[in-house]
Amino acid sequence: MRPANLRGIYPGAPTLPSPASGGAPGRPPAKAGVPGVGRGFDPEILKREFPIFANNPDLVFLDSAASAQKPRSVIDGTADYYRTDYANVHRGVYRLSARSTELYEEARDKVRRFLNAADRREIVFVRNTTEAINLVAQSWGPAFLREGDEVLISELEHHSNIVPWQLLRDRVGIRLVVTPIDATGGLDLAAFESRLSPRTRLVAMTHVANATGTVVPVDRVVELAHRHRTKVLIDGSQAAPRLPVDVQALGCDFYAFTGHKVYGPTGIGVLYGPFDLLSAMPPYQGGGEMILHVSFEKTEYQEPPHRFEAGTPDIAGAIGLGLALDFIEGLGRENNLEHEEALTGYGVDRLSQISGLRLLGAGQRRLGILSFDVEGVHPHDVSQVLDQHQVAVRAGHHCAQPLMERLGLAGTTRASLGVYNDEADIDRLAEALEAVQEVFNR
Amino acid sequence: MMDLRELYQDIILDHGRHPRNFRKIEHPTHSAQGHNPLCGDRVTVYVALDGDRIADVSFQGRGCAISTAAASLMTEVLKGKTVPEARALFAQFHSRVTGAEPGAGLPEPLGEEMDRLEPLTGVKAYPARVKCATLSWHALEAALKGSGATVKTE
Repeated sequence: MRPANLRGIYPGAPTLPSPASGGAPGRPPAKAGVPGVGRGFDPEILKREFPIFANNPDLVFLDSAASAQKPRSVIDGTADYYRTDYANVHRGVYRLSARSTELYEEARDKVRRFLNAADRREIVFVRNTTEAINLVAQSWGPAFLREGDEVLISELEHHSNIVPWQLLRDRVGIRLVVTPIDATGGLDLAAFESRLSPRTRLVAMTHVANATGTVVPVDRVVELAHRHRTKVLIDGSQAAPRLPVDVQALGCDFYAFTGHKVYGPTGIGVLYGPFDLLSAMPPYQGGGEMILHVSFEKTEYQEPPHRFEAGTPDIAGAIGLGLALDFIEGLGRENNLEHEEALTGYGVDRLSQISGLRLLGAGQRRLGILSFDVEGVHPHDVSQVLDQHQVAVRAGHHCAQPLMERLGLAGTTRASLGVYNDEADIDRLAEALEAVQEVFNR
Repeated sequence: MMDLRELYQDIILDHGRHPRNFRKIEHPTHSAQGHNPLCGDRVTVYVALDGDRIADVSFQGRGCAISTAAASLMTEVLKGKTVPEARALFAQFHSRVTGAEPGAGLPEPLGEEMDRLEPLTGVKAYPARVKCATLSWHALEAALKGSGATVKTE
């Protein structure tokens, strides 16, 4: 069954320009050659921008929430950088190092634009979201929190937004308070508000929950938290690839996301924080790059962001991330959101027709993630059968064990969307799920 | 690629749905937990030894069809065996599911028990699932060693 036309996916987008066109020879292309700018996009054409699909022609890739595939512009651009412009960054007098520094810092500018941060110095490069949260927990935490202070998280959190706070609890004696979801799988805002106490110093919460696809109304969360003079950290791992993010409009105090989920390389991520706040924070790690002057008695630290970027950074990773952000901007972030929303809706409709399949609730708004339970069949067995049909999904607890416990599940099977997915992918998933029933209910 | 029905044979689906000896032994002489952190699956194996002989063996826990069937079949073949026989079976089973060269053959009665475990050897075509088939056996080994610690597949 094919439903009515999917909003946001326009057929007949122009043919793609050749891969690395647009850049001067020997330079990573400044702008990825992406199709259909201003017109929405066609995943059929987009798939050709991702070499993984040429090399795995039958692949139905529905695991972008774990890690997204990489467009040609990121793969080739990163390789080009190593071929033509590579040298260590900062302090090098020679031209190649200056060029490398320029490209690295240009990537920071691209991230600033992507988040609409006010100042490029508010963008700290880290390894991934996990490191961004650990940075806040280990730098801001001990500097600003005392025993008995509270950090408030939700039941929807990924382990990476739970464990760093437990480590801080063990170190400083803070209390870790957990605010619940409601019966529909959304954040219970009333319960959240009631848990904000005079001792709440930080709310650390996901923007889009990785295990359920729940979109958390972070604007309301920030508003309520700030009314209590509580700082807010948003885990944007799943939101950054899907939603336009504006940290100034949102007013959050920290925003974290990872490169590999926004179609960029692994090993690079971002922590955003307002400059004054970052400036008040002590270094997280010590070493080169983060210092102004070192003697054996005393060291003066750099200003943010370099204060938090000790050692040689992942230069190529940052540049690759910049290219990935170019790619998304080229598609149009509103178009991307529209595509994710339409395909999420189609997925919900299609999967709801499968008997014995129960979709996990995602509250008022679900985006890009379909997490489900197949009655009587363990998620690993489900994904084994799906793999046989070349459908790649994730099975298990999705690094959200407390949430799974809360829902009374050992785990779920999770299909997650990316720019390259289309209705046909969802149809293949649904067909493979019917095969699961055949194998296990024979 | 192998036909999935070779992995999910009827006997595996049957034991996966209706595991045998799925209960707690009230006063086990030995017990241990197995944990696969990758999928969150957990199994607890209980053993009641009478001297060197396994008078009773059971398990509880949650897991996929493969791990539940493997635990169920394990309890069936082990009842009445001696500890050295159980270890010999595990060694043979382990080499069969990992696709390693089988060691020396088993003495005849054990060979028949090994035949009963044969349906599980389909996992050797799926490296990620070998741990599902061996989790309960690792827990059994830990129980017999009396370490009392949770064994992990990772």
